[in-house]
Amino acid sequence: MTLEVSDLRVYYRTLRGDVRALDGPTFTVADGEIMGLAGESGSGKSTLSKSLIRLDGRMRYIGGSVTLDGDEMPIWDDRAMDEFRYKRVSIIPQYAMSAMNPTRKIGKMIAELLESRGVRFRDVRDELHRRLELVELERDVLDRYPLELSGGMKQRTVMVISTLLNPSLLIADEVTSALDVSTQRAVAETLVEFRDREFVKSMIVVTHDISLVYQIADTIMVMYGGRLAEKASAKTIIEMPKHPYTKMLLDSLPEVGVKYEDKRLSGIPGSPPGLLNPPQGCRFRDRCPLADKQCLEQPPFVEVESDHHVACWKAE
Amino acid sequence: MLKFDRVTKVYKVGAFGGGEFTAVRDASFEVRPGEVVSLIGESGSGKSTLGKMALRIASVSKGKITCDGIDVSTLRGHRALKDYYRKVQGVFQDPFSSYNPIFKADRVFSMIREEYYPEVSQSEWQDRVAEALKVVRLDPNQVLGKYPHQLSGGQLQRMLLARALLLDIDYLVADEVISMLDASTRIDVLNLLADLKARGMGILFVTHDLALGNYISDQTVILYKGEIVERGVTEKVFSDPRHPYTKKLFASVPQFHKKWEEVEAELRAKEAADTSTHPYHLEEGQEVPSELVQVSEGHYVQPFHRRAAV
Ligand SMILES: Nc1ncnc2c1ncn2[C@@H]1O[C@H](COP(=O)(O)OP(=O)(O)O)[C@@H](O)[C@H]1O
Ligand SMILES: Nc1ncnc2c1ncn2[C@@H]1O[C@H](COP(=O)(O)OP(=O)(O)O)[C@@H](O)[C@H]1O
Ligand code: SF4
Ligand SMILES: [Mg+2]
Ligand SMILES: [Mg+2]
Repeated sequence: MTLEVSDLRVYYRTLRGDVRALDGPTFTVADGEIMGLAGESGSGKSTLSKSLIRLDGRMRYIGGSVTLDGDEMPIWDDRAMDEFRYKRVSIIPQYAMSAMNPTRKIGKMIAELLESRGVRFRDVRDELHRRLELVELERDVLDRYPLELSGGMKQRTVMVISTLLNPSLLIADEVTSALDVSTQRAVAETLVEFRDREFVKSMIVVTHDISLVYQIADTIMVMYGGRLAEKASAKTIIEMPKHPYTKMLLDSLPEVGVKYEDKRLSGIPGSPPGLLNPPQGCRFRDRCPLADKQCLEQPPFVEVESDHHVACWKAE
Repeated sequence: MLKFDRVTKVYKVGAFGGGEFTAVRDASFEVRPGEVVSLIGESGSGKSTLGKMALRIASVSKGKITCDGIDVSTLRGHRALKDYYRKVQGVFQDPFSSYNPIFKADRVFSMIREEYYPEVSQSEWQDRVAEALKVVRLDPNQVLGKYPHQLSGGQLQRMLLARALLLDIDYLVADEVISMLDASTRIDVLNLLADLKARGMGILFVTHDLALGNYISDQTVILYKGEIVERGVTEKVFSDPRHPYTKKLFASVPQFHKKWEEVEAELRAKEAADTSTHPYHLEEGQEVPSELVQVSEGHYVQPFHRRAAV
């Protein structure tokens, strides 16, 4: 098993109290698995992603454990995490493209990154060139500034850089969101190719676009309000979802290839809960048509069928 | 009818405006009352430029845009423009940009009252506002008297649509209005546009998202690098795309029930099965004309070279 996350809790410290952005997910990512992580904005996707790499100043580790290839990752200890970061677990953060230092040439940036990880640039140079070629980038991107590249080129560059040391796990946070559809497809397919070529063993692909992860992911995990709602194979999530939130979300999404005529889709009334003082019990409760008294108690995330986990009292 | 007739937009670019960039070339299409027209294309294809020209935020370089027969470029003076904006309004991607953060959000309503309805009594006006808010499904208690930062993007977007209702406009330019909204609330705003259409409003729905266009529109216009490459009845364009660029777009949109490879294989098979030469196929060396050619009734495509790759 590449990744095992158990009851992980990471909160944001604020003046008004803790924001319970990541409240106890337990899940695994198998060797070779591409897991799509879907959910609306604010559901905790980026918090989960960052927790597996580096807690920023406002994030507070509350409890739980993370294991990578059987080794426990000390995510509460920034220094000790250096051993894992970039080498064994790597991230393409949300907005990575705009976060690139505009005054550094890309080659220089890579050299500095490698150096800070104790790796000599010349030891990986040939492999870097091979991989740039694979994603159809000229070698001279290394002599260019980030501003000179198109969105798709930047994103492919970032993908090559973040997987250069063959990490076990790559987390890609909204890497396709700012791209046009045809570029989006190319970038998404490159992620699959990186897995197939074993540049990375497993992957978490974070997106708010569930149709996109359906195209490339083996499994899909849906988050809601800082907790897990459902996880199953991509096909099962799309065709036979069990959690009311997943069902309603899918029913609210228009699609190409369907004739709507006067048929109307409906949204989910209400809005996601604030996580400063989240409601007790199931966090989807006040928007769920099936909610009853039992839902005042938090539903556990359990395997209701083989490889199909759901957190809902009414799912069987 | 909002009619675009061989509209071209050339921007001045570079230092001292020495260079020129053609953002839209020879675009012709129409938005009829009670109809939604989707304008689909990737970023930089000229969608917003077309919308801005209709709203007179950008000038037309060549060709003309008419609204119910009147050439919008000829409108001069406060009075003429005021009358025009009573018929045509725009709502944009980032709802926050339409509000001044130091004023309460409902100022967008009082401003149009001062401008257009000074004779209406306060209580009558309040009733009208309440009615418009009801149509866009906002609770007056939740949105009136609040500052923009106290409201969500969806609420602000709906308030702008309510403003359009108060003006009783005929045409709406909705430029990427859904992009900033969350999945579970997007569909509500889309349905709201469908309601406005049912009341007879003509809507130019600008989007890069084909799924949204498929859901809401009667007509579809596909824009590529400033030129219309295909347009027509949404159902026809979506079920039988002809231009290589349109096909590429359809092969790239993620669907729920089909994988990319399947969609691509289907498009290829269809192409292989159709060996006849169509009027929209160009001979080698022939230049691409700006007039589109009819594929079938209500479906037009820009002629292209058979094996052209985009
Ligand atoms: N720095 C922060 N301080 C306080 N709350 C935060 C901070 N960053 C994120 N949050 C909150 O944590 C929750 C999860 O956010 P995030 O992980 O960014 O969600 P997603 O990536 O799914 O959009 C949200 O309620 C968000 O408002
Ligand atoms: N004011 C302007 N001056 C110069 N070029 C512009 C201006 N506005 C837009 N453009 C250019 O025109 C092209 C079309 O832009 P736009 O209409 O905004 O496209 P879209 O809305 O499809 O993304 C782009 O290449 C853009 O850079
Ligand atoms: S636990 Fe109850 S409230 Fe939560 S999703 Fe299931 S039925 Fe709805
Ligand atoms: Mg995020
Ligand atoms: Mg635009």
